[in-house]
Amino acid sequence: METYKLTVNGQPKEVTVDPGTPLLWVLREDLKMTGTKYGCGIAACGACTVHLGGVATRSCVVPVSLIGDRPIVTIEAMAEDPVGRVVQDAWVSHDVVQCGYCQSGQIMSAVALLKSTPKPTDTHIEASMGGNLCRCGTYVRIREAIKTASQQLP
Amino acid sequence: MTAAPNSANDLLLSRRSFLRVSATLAGGLIVSLYRDIPLLAQEGGQAAPKPKVYPPDAFVQIKPDGKILITVNRLEFGQGVHTSLPMILADEMDADWSQVIAELAPAADVYRDPVYGMQMVGGSGSIAHSFQQYRELGAKTRAMLVAAAAAQWNVAPAQCRTEASVVHGPGGQSARYAALAEAAAQQPVPATVQLKDPSQFRLVGKRVRRLDSRSKCDGSVKFGLDLDLPGMKTAVVAHPPVFGARVKSFDDKPARTVAGVRDVFEIPLVKGTGVAVIADKFWPAKQARDLLQIDWDLSAVEHADSAQLWSHYKTLARTPGNVAVSHGDQTKIDTVAAANRIIAEYAFPYLAHAPMEPLNTTIRFDGDRAEAWAGSQFQTVDQAAIAEVLGLKPEQVTFHTAMAGGGFGRRAVADSHVQREAAVIAKRLRGTPVKLIWTREDDVQGGYYRPMHVHRAEIGISPSGMPLAWRHVIVGQSIVAGTPFAAIIVKNGVDATAVEGTADTHYDIPNFHVSAHHPAVNVPVLWWRSVGHTHNAFVMETLIDELATRAKTDPIAYRRQLLKPDAKKLRAALDLMEEKSASWRTTLPKDHAVGIACHESFETGVACAVDVSIENKRPRIHRVTVAVDPGFAVNPLTIESQFQAGVAFGVTQLMSKGAITLKDGRVEQRNFDGYTPPYIVDAPVAVDVHIVPSTEAPSGCGEPPVPVISPAVVNALAKLTGKRYRSLPLVTV
Repeated sequence: METYKLTVNGQPKEVTVDPGTPLLWVLREDLKMTGTKYGCGIAACGACTVHLGGVATRSCVVPVSLIGDRPIVTIEAMAEDPVGRVVQDAWVSHDVVQCGYCQSGQIMSAVALLKSTPKPTDTHIEASMGGNLCRCGTYVRIREAIKTASQQLP
Repeated sequence: MTAAPNSANDLLLSRRSFLRVSATLAGGLIVSLYRDIPLLAQEGGQAAPKPKVYPPDAFVQIKPDGKILITVNRLEFGQGVHTSLPMILADEMDADWSQVIAELAPAADVYRDPVYGMQMVGGSGSIAHSFQQYRELGAKTRAMLVAAAAAQWNVAPAQCRTEASVVHGPGGQSARYAALAEAAAQQPVPATVQLKDPSQFRLVGKRVRRLDSRSKCDGSVKFGLDLDLPGMKTAVVAHPPVFGARVKSFDDKPARTVAGVRDVFEIPLVKGTGVAVIADKFWPAKQARDLLQIDWDLSAVEHADSAQLWSHYKTLARTPGNVAVSHGDQTKIDTVAAANRIIAEYAFPYLAHAPMEPLNTTIRFDGDRAEAWAGSQFQTVDQAAIAEVLGLKPEQVTFHTAMAGGGFGRRAVADSHVQREAAVIAKRLRGTPVKLIWTREDDVQGGYYRPMHVHRAEIGISPSGMPLAWRHVIVGQSIVAGTPFAAIIVKNGVDATAVEGTADTHYDIPNFHVSAHHPAVNVPVLWWRSVGHTHNAFVMETLIDELATRAKTDPIAYRRQLLKPDAKKLRAALDLMEEKSASWRTTLPKDHAVGIACHESFETGVACAVDVSIENKRPRIHRVTVAVDPGFAVNPLTIESQFQAGVAFGVTQLMSKGAITLKDGRVEQRNFDGYTPPYIVDAPVAVDVHIVPSTEAPSGCGEPPVPVISPAVVNALAKLTGKRYRSLPLVTV
C-alpha cells in the first residue's frame, strides 16, 4: 500500500491504496465519486473517461502510481466547467440519454473534443467519440448535441 | 419476450384492486392501489395477510411543498418509463409537471404488471399494459382533490376545473393541491371515474423530455453498481470455464495475501460451483480472483462447440421439425421448376446483451429479514429467489429496484442466477452488506445469450413472381425450456419465441409450412431485445427482398402487394416510410444503395429505408428513415429516441465481431475487444423517425426498432455487391 496525493476537480485528495489500483476504482471506491463508470476494464468502452492533465483518458487502465502531479477532472466538475456546462445543457435539450450509464464518459470525451476543436466536423466527432460505446445506441443524438454545443461556444 | 405464466395472469385478473388514500403526517396526500389480497388468500385457504401500508403500495404522494412523487411500477433501463408513466398519471391528475418527481417502485404485489401478473419489464409492454392503469390512478386522485375543494366551497364538483396542481371553483376560488391534500384524503375513492378525452391531454401525446436527463449527465444518478452502504464488502466470483462445471479443488493462498481480501470460499451456482472472493473493495477482489488456482472438474458437462453445433443444426434443418404453422400444400414447391425456387440457409450466432452497466446485486441478510438492491426486469422472480436462498418468505426481502444501465433482456432471467449468487454470499456474510459484481469478462463469457439459429427456407415462386409455396425450418435452443414460462410459450413442441416473425408473418403466402427443432445445448440462452424477431425478421425480410428483385418489382410495392389486407399497421408504416424517404431514395449518390425492410413485432408496425455504401469492406449507414405505427403515441419524443437508438442496437448483429462462439465448451470472447458492439462509426449517421397518427391503444416501442435494421442494410449491400448475406456476423462485405 502506498499513499498518493491527487488533485481531483481542483481539490487536493490523499489515498492509500495498492500502487496498481486503476484511477477508476480510486475515484469510485476511495473518493466515493461514482459518476465515473466501470464498463469493461480494458479501455474498450470509454465509460470511465476522465480528463488527466487535460487529456481524455480511460481511467480503468491508468494505475494510480502513474498519475504523478497531473490534475484529474471528472464528470462531477462539468457543471462548473464553461464547456462542460454547455455540453450538459445540449445533452439535456436533445434528450440524449437513455439508460445513461455511458453518458458520463461520452460527455467527458465530448468536452475534451470541443476544448481542442471548438468547431468539429463529423469526422472529428467520429474520431474523438469513436471509443465510447453506448449500448442503447444514442449516437445520433450525441452527434447532434455536440453540434449544438459547438454552436453555443465562442 | 412475449408472455408470462398464464396461471399468475389469470389469478391477477380475478382479483380486484382498489384505491386507498391517507394523509401524511405533514398533511400531504398518499394514494395507494391495493389488491384484494384477503379474497385471494381465501381462495387459497390461507389466513388473510395484514393489509399493507405505505411505502410499498403508493403510486402518488402529494407533498406539502407541492412536489408530487409518482411511483413507476417497473424498471427504468433506458426505455423511458420513468418519464412516460408519470406523464400519463400527471396528465389525468392535472398535476403541475414541473413539480413531478418519479421513483422506481420496490418489489410489491401492487406493482405487478397488470397483464403479465408479475412485476416485470418485457415484451415491450410497459406503456401498452400500464397506460390505462396510470390514467385511472391520476383521474381518481384528481376526483378526490376536486371533491375536497367542492366541499369547502359548497359547490358541485362538476363546477370545478383543474390545472397545474390547482382546483378552480365557479366563483373564482382556487386552491392548491398541496393545501387540499389532507381534506382529499378523507374523501371516498370513486369507484369509477371519467377519463379525459384525448383532445384534453396536456402532456400525453406531446414531446416531453425525460425527467432523468440531468442526473444522468452530471454523474449524480445512482445505478445499482454505485450503491455504497456502511461496512459493505465487494464480491466477485470465479465461474467455471465450461457452463455447469464444478470446482474439484482450489488453492487460495496467493489470493488471500492481497491486502483487503476478507474471505475466499466455494459456492454453489445455479449450475455447477464457483469460488467467491470477498474483499473491502472491487480491485483487491479482482486481483485475488486472478490469483486463484482452481482445478475444475470438466468431465460431467457437455462441451458445446460452435463448429459442431453449426454442422448439427444444418443437418437438422434438412428435416421437418415440430410444426409451428401449416396451411395449404407445401409440396407445391416440388411442382415448381428448379429455376423458380429459392433454397436459402441462414446462420445466426449466439449474441451477448452486454448492457453497459455490468450485472450486480447487493444484499444484506439479517437473519429474519433481508434487503436487496438490483436493476431487475423481474422483481417478483428475483425477490422470491433471494428469499428462497436465504430461507425467508418473499415479503421478508425488501427489494429495491435500482436504476439500471441497460439490460435488453439480460436482467429478466427466470433462474435469477445473479441474485442467487449474491444471496448465497450474503447468507455467509450475515449482517454485512455485500455487493456482487460481475466483471465484463463474467458477462461476455457467462452465457444467457440470444441463441444461435439456423434457418432453412425453400420457396417455390409462381409465374407472377409471388411466393406460391414456402417451407421453412428453424433450428435453435428454446429460451423458455425448463422455466415456468414453457407451459405458456411452448406449444406443440415449438417455442413461440423462436419462430415469432416467421410463423405469424403478415405476408400472405398461400402454401406455408414452418417447423422448428429445439436441440438441448449446454449454453444458457435468453431473450435478447426483440427476441425471435432478431433472426426471423432478418430471414423473412431478406427473402422477400430477393423475391422482389427476382420479380423486378420495387421492393416497397412488392411488400405492399404481398401483405395481408389486415396488416394495417405495417401498411401504414410502409406508406409513411415511402413518402418520407422518397426525396433521398431517388437522389442517391453514386456507390450508395437503398435497402428496405418492414416488420411488425409486439403489435407495432415498422418500416425503414436505409442509405448504405461500403467503406473499408464494411457497411456505412448514412441515413435511415423509419416509419412506425405504435397506436396512440404517448410520448413521441421517447418513441423517436427508441427508434433512433434502437436501430443502432440492431446493428450489433452485423458487426464483424458481433458473435459469441464456443470451442470445446469455452467461450472464445472475453470482453469488448472480442465481442464488439457498434460504436458511433458503425451506427447510422442520421435517423429520421415518423409516427403514423393513430387513436388505437398504444403498443410497445422498446423492441420493435431492432428487427428491421439489419435486413434493410444487407438488402442494400446486395444491390451494391450482388451477394446475398445469409450468415452472421457480417465479417466482410
